[in-house]
Amino acid sequence: MSLTAKDKAVVKAFWGKISSKADAIGQEALGRMLTVYPQTKIYFAHWPDQSLGSAQVKKHGETVMGAITDAVGKMDDLIGGLSSLSDLHATKLRIDPGNFYILTHNILVTLAVNFPADFTAEVHVAVDKFLAALSAALADKYR
Amino acid sequence: MVQWKAEERAAIQAVFAKLDYESVGRETLTRLLVVYPWTRRYFGGFGNLFNSEAIMANPKVAAHGIVVLRGLEMALKNMDDIKNTYASLSELHSEKLQVDPGNFQLLGDCLTVVIATRMRTEFTPDIQAAWQKFLAVVVSALRKQYN
Repeated sequence: MSLTAKDKAVVKAFWGKISSKADAIGQEALGRMLTVYPQTKIYFAHWPDQSLGSAQVKKHGETVMGAITDAVGKMDDLIGGLSSLSDLHATKLRIDPGNFYILTHNILVTLAVNFPADFTAEVHVAVDKFLAALSAALADKYR
Repeated sequence: MVQWKAEERAAIQAVFAKLDYESVGRETLTRLLVVYPWTRRYFGGFGNLFNSEAIMANPKVAAHGIVVLRGLEMALKNMDDIKNTYASLSELHSEKLQVDPGNFQLLGDCLTVVIATRMRTEFTPDIQAAWQKFLAVVVSALRKQYN
């Protein structure tokens, strides 16, 4: 399900609208994931506080969303552009790639909460495709 | 049998209380057909489903959105026995409609996104958790009669 020129344009335009709130979105999406899918907390067992308001969730949400925003600029070659991040996730973090879909879902819910008018069906499909392609690129080095 | 905490029941009731079946139903089905276009295979008799504007304006989509939410309401009213409440619905979907059960998850995800746009910050992580637990039970009940 490759990204068309239209998908890329829609994603870029939407990201332009949300970029000022990117950090908060990352924090909220991560917080939602940890609450709604408690099994994901196992990857963060070393954090003293895994709740939405914690310093760790805030910082990590920023990190993750920053990388996703970065990937918006690499849509023409996500596999190449995310190569080192894929190495990290595959060999060091070893996060089961099934979790990428879980985080994606919570990013979509967070976008819907914060940008209900802009997150139309057309934006939804383009962003969903982008995050799916990003997840595949992130899983590229797993085996 | 599924165990529901009092807060979970309250959360799910709260979501339903704010649900405008017509608006939410139509938008949920529209998103399903736009975001996951292969689902259009189940709606051959619905006429024009070629683009999101057509889907959003399609009266059959609107009508069916309400049907789906009324179906969910049945689960809400029988939260302690969703499995049996849905026995005939499950048979309908597997035998007559022959819907790939993977699609139930997709519809549930679209509904959750639409609810998020309506409830916004009131759709807290805890409410989302209870809501998604409810949807998971519904999806499991719908899959029960497939063999």
